[in-house]
Amino acid sequence: MAPILNIKNLDKAYGPVEILKDINVAIEPGDFLVLVGPSGCGKSTLLNCIAGLEPITGGSIEIGGRDMTSVSPKDRDIAMVFQSYALYPTMSVAKNITFGMKVRGVDAATQEKKLKEVAHQLQIEPYLNRRPSQLSGGQRQRVAIGRALVRDPKLFLFDEPLSNLDAKLRVEMRSEIKKLHHRLGATMVYVTHDQIEAMTLATKIVVLKGGVVQQIGSPAEIYNRPANLFVADFMGSPAMNLVPAKTRPNGQGRLIEIRREDGAPIVLHDHHAGDLPDEVILGLRPEDVAEAGFRAGEDVQEAECLIDMVEPAGADTYVVSRLGGAPFTARLHAETVAKPGETMRLAFDLAKVSYFEPQSGARLN
Amino acid sequence: MTDIPLSTQTSVAGADRKGWSTIALRWLLFVMLGLFALFYLMPLFVMVTTSLKSLEEIRTGSLIALPRSVTLEAWRTAWSGACTGIQCEGLRPYFWNSVLLAVPAVLISTVLGALNGYVIAQWRFKGANIIFALMLFGCFIPFQVVLLPMARMLGILGIAGTIPGLIFVHVIYGLGFTTLFFRNYYVTIPHELVKAAKVDGAGFLRIFFAIFLPLSLPIITVSVIWQFTQIWNDFLFGVSFSSAGTQPVTVALNNIVNSTTGVKEYNVDMAAAIIAGLPTLFVYVLAGKYFIRGLTAGSVKG
Ligand SMILES: Nc1ncnc2c1ncn2[C@@H]1O[C@H](COP(=O)(O)OP(=O)(O)OP(=O)(O)O)[C@@H](O)[C@H]1O
Ligand SMILES: [Mg+2]
Repeated sequence: MAPILNIKNLDKAYGPVEILKDINVAIEPGDFLVLVGPSGCGKSTLLNCIAGLEPITGGSIEIGGRDMTSVSPKDRDIAMVFQSYALYPTMSVAKNITFGMKVRGVDAATQEKKLKEVAHQLQIEPYLNRRPSQLSGGQRQRVAIGRALVRDPKLFLFDEPLSNLDAKLRVEMRSEIKKLHHRLGATMVYVTHDQIEAMTLATKIVVLKGGVVQQIGSPAEIYNRPANLFVADFMGSPAMNLVPAKTRPNGQGRLIEIRREDGAPIVLHDHHAGDLPDEVILGLRPEDVAEAGFRAGEDVQEAECLIDMVEPAGADTYVVSRLGGAPFTARLHAETVAKPGETMRLAFDLAKVSYFEPQSGARLN
Repeated sequence: MTDIPLSTQTSVAGADRKGWSTIALRWLLFVMLGLFALFYLMPLFVMVTTSLKSLEEIRTGSLIALPRSVTLEAWRTAWSGACTGIQCEGLRPYFWNSVLLAVPAVLISTVLGALNGYVIAQWRFKGANIIFALMLFGCFIPFQVVLLPMARMLGILGIAGTIPGLIFVHVIYGLGFTTLFFRNYYVTIPHELVKAAKVDGAGFLRIFFAIFLPLSLPIITVSVIWQFTQIWNDFLFGVSFSSAGTQPVTVALNNIVNSTTGVKEYNVDMAAAIIAGLPTLFVYVLAGKYFIRGLTAGSVKG
C-alpha cells in the first residue's frame, strides 16, 4: 500500500536556529504514529509542519500520495487537535464542532447528523449549548476531539491531547482514543510525553531528540531493542539500567565484567554475545532482573548483590543495588524478602540485554 | 462579683472606642471627598444656572445664585439663533456637521484599527514589528506638525475644506491609536485559535469575523470612546481643514463666543458650551456600561 503520509528529508529552521533536521517518516493507512521526545525537541513543530501551519525549509511532505509541501492547511485533508484545545471562545460547543463543516459548505442536515453522532460518541450531548469557558478540562478535551472527528479527514493530528487531564480521566480518554482508532480505522499522528500512552496507543513510535530522529519502530522494537543510549534511557519507567562493563571472549560468547565499589566485580557469561569491544555500556531493564530462582532460561545468570534500597510499589517491589558506579534497579515480586544492607542473589536475564558503544551510544547487538 | 463580667465590660468599652474612631475617620473622608466633588462641580453648576438665567438677571444677580425665573431662551438661541460671524443659525448646522464627521470617522478608524491589529498580532509577517513601531510613532506626532503637509495632501486629493476631507484626516490620525488598542488586545489571544480555524478551512476574513470580532466588544468600546472624544472635541483640525458651512461644532462654539455684538450673552455661551459637550458625555454614560460589562465577562478564556 502506498504510504498515506510520507515525510522526506524535512528540515525546519526558525531563522538561523535549526529545529528539525532531515526527518524521514512514512506511515501506512490505519497506522497510529506516536511522536515522543523531551520537551522542546520539535514534536509540535513537526505536527505544525505536517498540517501546513508552519512553512518548512527543506524536503517534502506527501499526504495521500499527493505532494502537499506548499499546499495550504485547509486543502491538506487533515484534522488537528491542539494541545491547548483552541476552542473558539464565543461559539457554543455545537458551533465549535460544526464550524469546519459550515466553512466547507456542508449542508445543514448533514452537519446536524454528524454533530449528533460525535456528541453521542464523546458523551458531550448535555453541553452542546454551553460556551467552552463553562466546561471542565475533560469536557473541553472531548469537544476539541469532536471538532476533528466530524471531519473524516485522511489524517488526524493530535498534539498532547491528554496532557491537561487528571490521571483517571487520562486513562479513560486514552482507551477512548484507542477504541476510536479501531472503529474508524483512521490514520493518526499523536504527540505525547506519556510513556504509557505511547506504548499502548502506537503502532509505530518515532523518538526525537533535538530535532533529529533517534529511532523509528514498533513499540516492542523501541522498548526491547533501543537503537542508542538516549532511546534506552528515555523510554520505560523506571528507566533501563545502564552500567559500564568490560568484556572478553570466553569460548562460546563473552564474559561480561561489571565493577563494584563494595567487592569483587560481577562476572556474567553471555553465551550469545557476538563480537563486542572491550568496553561497553550494558543495558538491562528492571523487569529483566529477578530474584534468583524466579526466572529460568538458558541466558539467565545469577550473582550476589548488596541491596541499598527497597521500594515497595504495590504490585511490585523495586530493589536498588549499586553496580558499575550507578544505581541498578531490579523489579521483584511484591512479597520479596529483600532487606536494605543485606546481600541477595539476583538473576540477570541476558536474553534481553542490550550493549551500547560508550562513546557514540550506538547499539552493538 | 467575679472579674469575668468586669473584663467583658472593659472589652466592650474598648470596642466602642474603636468603633467611634473608625466612624469619625470615615466621616472625615466623606467630608473631604464631598468638598473635592463640590470643587469640581462648581463650574458645571455655574454653567447650568447661568444658561437658565435671562441676561437681565445675570447682570444684576450673583454668579452662583440659583436662577429666580428659569428660562430656556438662551438654549433656544444657542441651538438655532446665535450668530457665528455673519450667519445667525446657532449651533444646529455645525452640530450636524460634527455628527456627520465623527460617526463615520470613528467607525472607519475602529474597523481599520481592528483589521490592522488583527494582522499584526495574529498573522505574523516579515516586517510586522517595524510597521507596528511606525504606527506607534504616529501616535506621538503632535497635531501641529501635520497641519501643512495634510493641507497639501487634501488639496491634491481634492477634498480640502469638505467633511470627507476632515473624516480622512481624523481616520489617518486615529489609526495609530486604534491599531495599538486592537493589536495589544489580540496579542493576548492564543495563536492556536487562528491555526485551528485554518485547519477548519476558514480564510483571513472569515476568521476575523467569525472568531475575533465577537471577542472584541470591550476593546471596540475603548476604541469608540477614545476616538469619539478625540474627534468630537477636536478644534485644531476642524478650524484648519474646514470651510464656511463644513465647520464642526467646536469651531462654531468658538465663533459664537468670539463674535459678540454689543452685550456679551453669557447665558447663550454657556448653553452652547454644554450642547457641544453633551455627546461625549452621552457616549461615556452609554458605552461605559458595556465597557465594564465586557471587561468583567472574561470571555477570552478557554
Ligand atoms: N516561533 C518560533 N521561533 C523560534 N523558535 C521556536 C518557535 N517555535 C518553537 N521554537 C523552538 O523550537 C523548538 C521546538 O519546539 P516545539 O514546540 O516543537 O517543542 P516540543 O517538542 O513540542 O516541546 P514540548 O514537549 O515542550 O511541547 C523549541 O526549542 C522552541 O524553542
Ligand atoms: Mg509541544
